[in-house]
Amino acid sequence: MPARRLTAVSPPGALFAALGALALLAPFMTVAANRIVAGEGVGIWTIAAPGAVAGGLATVALALLLGLLPRRPWLRLAGAALGLAGVVWLLGQGTQTLLEGAGDYARVSPAPGFWYLLVILGLLMADALSALSPGPLVRAGLLALALLAGAMVLQSDALAQLSIFREYDGRRAAFATAFWRHLGLAFGSLAVAAAIGFPLGIACHRNTRLRAALLPVLSFLQTIPSLAMFGIMIPLLGWVGDSVPGAAAFGIAGIGFAPAFLALVLYSLLPVVANTVAGLDSTPPAARDAARGMGMTSRQRLWQVELPLGLPVILAGLRIVLVQNIGLAVIAALIGGGGFGTFVFQGLNQTATDLILLGALPTVALALIAAIVMDILVDLTSPTPESHP
Amino acid sequence: MIEIDAITKVYDGTPAVDAVSLTVETGTITAIVGTSGSGKTTLLRMINRLVEPSSGEVRINGEPTTGLPKVTLRRRIGYAIQGHGLFPHHSVARNIGAVPRLLGWPRDEIRARVDELLELFSMPPDAFRDRYPGELSGGQQQRVGVARALASRPDMILMDEPFGALDPIIRTRAQEDLKRIQQALGSTILIVTHDMEEAIQLGDKVAVMDAGKLVQYAAPAEIIAKPATEFVAEMVGGVDRPLKMLSLVPVSEIVEEGAVDGPAIGAETSLRDALSTCLWSGRDALRVEREGRVVGHVTLAAIRARAEAHR
Repeated sequence: MPARRLTAVSPPGALFAALGALALLAPFMTVAANRIVAGEGVGIWTIAAPGAVAGGLATVALALLLGLLPRRPWLRLAGAALGLAGVVWLLGQGTQTLLEGAGDYARVSPAPGFWYLLVILGLLMADALSALSPGPLVRAGLLALALLAGAMVLQSDALAQLSIFREYDGRRAAFATAFWRHLGLAFGSLAVAAAIGFPLGIACHRNTRLRAALLPVLSFLQTIPSLAMFGIMIPLLGWVGDSVPGAAAFGIAGIGFAPAFLALVLYSLLPVVANTVAGLDSTPPAARDAARGMGMTSRQRLWQVELPLGLPVILAGLRIVLVQNIGLAVIAALIGGGGFGTFVFQGLNQTATDLILLGALPTVALALIAAIVMDILVDLTSPTPESHP
Repeated sequence: MIEIDAITKVYDGTPAVDAVSLTVETGTITAIVGTSGSGKTTLLRMINRLVEPSSGEVRINGEPTTGLPKVTLRRRIGYAIQGHGLFPHHSVARNIGAVPRLLGWPRDEIRARVDELLELFSMPPDAFRDRYPGELSGGQQQRVGVARALASRPDMILMDEPFGALDPIIRTRAQEDLKRIQQALGSTILIVTHDMEEAIQLGDKVAVMDAGKLVQYAAPAEIIAKPATEFVAEMVGGVDRPLKMLSLVPVSEIVEEGAVDGPAIGAETSLRDALSTCLWSGRDALRVEREGRVVGHVTLAAIRARAEAHR
């Protein structure tokens, strides 16, 4: 191995370091007189006492420097984690300092500088992780660690005075309701779509004529813009609720949970059915022929050969649906479906950015966690983990 | 005994297999050989009813195959195909034990049978039992595929180009292994191949298919010596027919009394290899040994006489 390679820096690391240095120039936090008015940006150098700022910046600098090491992904990962901790700590320090004597209604919130650093360090972390390519169990462990760290930060008082948590304070009960409603919309529609989609997928796999008829319909449903889809549900389910006896008692009406749920189920059907068909079709033809020739019944072929071999593809379909529905459920709030979208649209109406974030950030976190967990499941169900390079 | 009786398969008005009748004796290998599109694979697949015949029937030991549910029939017939068709998500042991498991054998018995077969195919069970197909070489995968077909001690075994994906050296070894194992177990095997060489080497009898019809069904020596049609003659190949002929005969058939000097050959060596050794070493006679003891000698003249016997 030539020495030149050993002393070279990691190209993404160099990019992250340059961007990180630039991000320090952007305002790190904003201070506003109240929750509605636009705030004033504060540079990272002046958010707290010089000693504290220097300490926090040192961790960020260390993180960016470690990111330059081309052959030490574990060090890069640890550095990025340390840098993230430093950035969050700076945020806590800034919140305390900036609020001192600023009045009862004053709000402090993270500004672009903070978000830039968060994204850059997050990318640094992702780059290190992809270089490490850890197995599914290691990834699960890392995710658990990250969640634990996040929970500890939220539990502590360090960030309690930050604007978004002030919004949260006034809406604890509403937030809990929205959280469960959001999960109910995303996971419930996934479960129903899976319950309908798996049998449909299996039927399409066996019957090519059904496949030719059904898949275009489902893919048409998928192309309807989400706002239009939710809109269509209003007259459709409104009519059902009014004219079918007993339907209203089940909560079926033009607005509310039912139409939002139904729209999400319709969106989910294509990925579930198409991936089920693709998964079942992915059995090597020779293995399918051998299974038939050795005397497996079609049910045995399905359960013992086709499903286990197709499971990763089928789960990949569920992953698409879950992440998609966690995002789409935000829009469901427009027709009274509830969920985190409620805060987003309230915030938009009140021009209260922090309230928008109270709806948006948990949605993003939820989608991210769901994607990581599903990826881990896909890897765990791969039929022959040993044959991976 | 398997009797194929005037079996026909028609696709869109054209017969893919046209009134083929042949009888396969128990404990023999029958090679069905033909070009692609000759209907040989369709013929094979009609025996375990992967393809339903348009007319005619197949009887195994006198019983028509239509008398049993398809699944039951197939579980009684071994099946090995080109590209092995192993289940990539099952270990070697689970792959080999697939049919015994379908038949509901007890776990211990399946395990013992799997180990026995792995031994038979020179794959130490401790090293191979828990591996996955993706971790094996092409030759090993193919052996597992054949072992799987043998696992439940089926009445008969159908093989569709089982060695088609192997390189020539491994292929020759696999053919020798199959012959050895078939003789040890006394299995009845029907093997489809496009390679006349393979058919002659393996088959006790060779069935030549052309455009859906059975054009000749005879012992390999007869196929070479008296090809029934132009097509068969072409399949057998012109110039090296005498060599093909010699490759079927072991030295022991024309061995003469008395030892000679020089290199020795085994009594089971084919005359073709003996001829080659003669030419290469520049001798007219070779000593013949069996298990290290001299049994006599073979002469170049005798080999030549044998090759000309069919003219």
